[in-house]
Amino acid sequence: MCGIVGLYLKNDALRPELGRLFRPMLEEMTSRGPDSAGVAIYRDPVAEGSTKYSLAHASVDHDWQALADDIASACAASARARPIDTHAVLISDADEVQVRARLAEHHPDVRLVGSGRSVEIFKETGLPKDVYSRFDLDSAEGSHMIGHTRMATESAVTTAGSHPFATGADLCLVHNGSLSNHNRLREELVRRGLSFQTENDSEVAAAYLTWKIRQGVSLTRALEDALDDLDGFFTFCVGTSEGFAVLRDPIACKHAVLAETDDWVAMATEYRAIATLPDAEQARIWEPRPSTVYSWGDTGLEVDAPAGAHGAALDNARSGTADNRQAVTRTPH
Amino acid sequence: MNTLDLGTLGLREVNRKLISLDPGANERDFRIENPMGGHAIACGLTLPLNVAIAGHVGFYCAGMNQQAEVTIHGHAGVGVGENMMSGTVLVKGNASQSAGATAHGGLLVIEGDASSRCGISMKGVDIVVGGSVGHMSAFMAQTGNLVICGDAGEALGDSIYEARLYVRGDIESLGADCVEKEMTPAHLDSLTELLQRAGNKTKLAEFRRYGSARTLYHFDIDHADAY
Repeated sequence: MCGIVGLYLKNDALRPELGRLFRPMLEEMTSRGPDSAGVAIYRDPVAEGSTKYSLAHASVDHDWQALADDIASACAASARARPIDTHAVLISDADEVQVRARLAEHHPDVRLVGSGRSVEIFKETGLPKDVYSRFDLDSAEGSHMIGHTRMATESAVTTAGSHPFATGADLCLVHNGSLSNHNRLREELVRRGLSFQTENDSEVAAAYLTWKIRQGVSLTRALEDALDDLDGFFTFCVGTSEGFAVLRDPIACKHAVLAETDDWVAMATEYRAIATLPDAEQARIWEPRPSTVYSWGDTGLEVDAPAGAHGAALDNARSGTADNRQAVTRTPH
Repeated sequence: MNTLDLGTLGLREVNRKLISLDPGANERDFRIENPMGGHAIACGLTLPLNVAIAGHVGFYCAGMNQQAEVTIHGHAGVGVGENMMSGTVLVKGNASQSAGATAHGGLLVIEGDASSRCGISMKGVDIVVGGSVGHMSAFMAQTGNLVICGDAGEALGDSIYEARLYVRGDIESLGADCVEKEMTPAHLDSLTELLQRAGNKTKLAEFRRYGSARTLYHFDIDHADAY
């Protein structure tokens, strides 16, 4: 099971309503994922040279001010933290590598959930409606959000195992499905220098995309390569600074629906999560095709159906069976 | 016309109302409002009712239908008309995957596109799709007719039995044991009738017919590679 949802507001006038519009989308997916929930919201981009860090701690009364002060003095830079329940959003103009190293060495009990100039990631165990309330998202303004409601199948019900998973600067992933080659792929990625916080299969997909993007490939290309290197069932929704992207595996068993009006674009595991959006009854609604990258952002809808396998596939990551998961070429109609 | 507000009555009450009507009652026309993408709307109907659903529906809408004429004024989620036995199910928008799965009879019309696995394991239903269908459509289709006015995705009619497939557009690939067959005058008559019943005015000229080569009915070691 699991439910995933994404909302991108094309009409700027709706941006003050983002959090209010998104709540029923997430809540409607409770029956698909009642054990944990998470969202990524894109809002209030920080100035060039600064970075936002979404941080999480096991306790709700962690001393985030002390952490911000420590980062500021250690990195000789500005740093301020805005605590929100078990999370905090840290904004600093320090070098990101330095901040990450400082967090890892001196704040090992703090988890870095995501980073970028506009993304903020919040996730917790519990019912989606309760998680949403804890992070005070009803009044949130912004351009777009993605979210996930989890029914754990592959690993434990923990905050760290909840989605979204960060995949790079302002990038994060929510996943519906299950990957069957995640253990071998995780070993491969560890050998290539990536680290993991959980035994979760979706975190492996996120790390895979992180690895690809670090190599300098575009998100679209990274997703196309994922068709070759990830074995299993998936519908992905990937949040980006400009919008979001959707990809389904070649078999496309995991549900997905897309809807678009002049004012917004939405994706969800089931249409009922979209039904409460304004003028949803008039929306254009369709099921996304397998092996096809759909992305929305400043440039509007882009559809990219890869013509075949790309290079740079990971060695030893596949399940060993014949690869019949060749991407197909289709044009939208 | 009787209006049933799904938002206030709830799914079970709406379906109970439609299922428990007196067969001799004069009430025949129903309109379901506020479907909001709910699942299993108008399932298991047994009487010759006219049911209009004013909006987009979730999974399994009009499943197991007998006799009723159900019109969905919007998009239909997974498994619309699954296992329907008779009657008509009309989708004015697009349909998600597995439309008409295992259906035994009646007519399923999708005016837009249907996604993957349309008519999977169909057992006698007639399906007319105004647009295109996704991959693995008519997988293990047993009997009935699937008319596709647009294109078909990968592996059309994989492991097909005796269902007839009529396709007007391009086919990405045919599945195992599915082959093109001659379009005889009798088949053209049948296609004409199917399109008429569906209210579809697509011209016959470009349709081609596909069906089973009947080589996979029994295991044959010489065909092991094809399974």
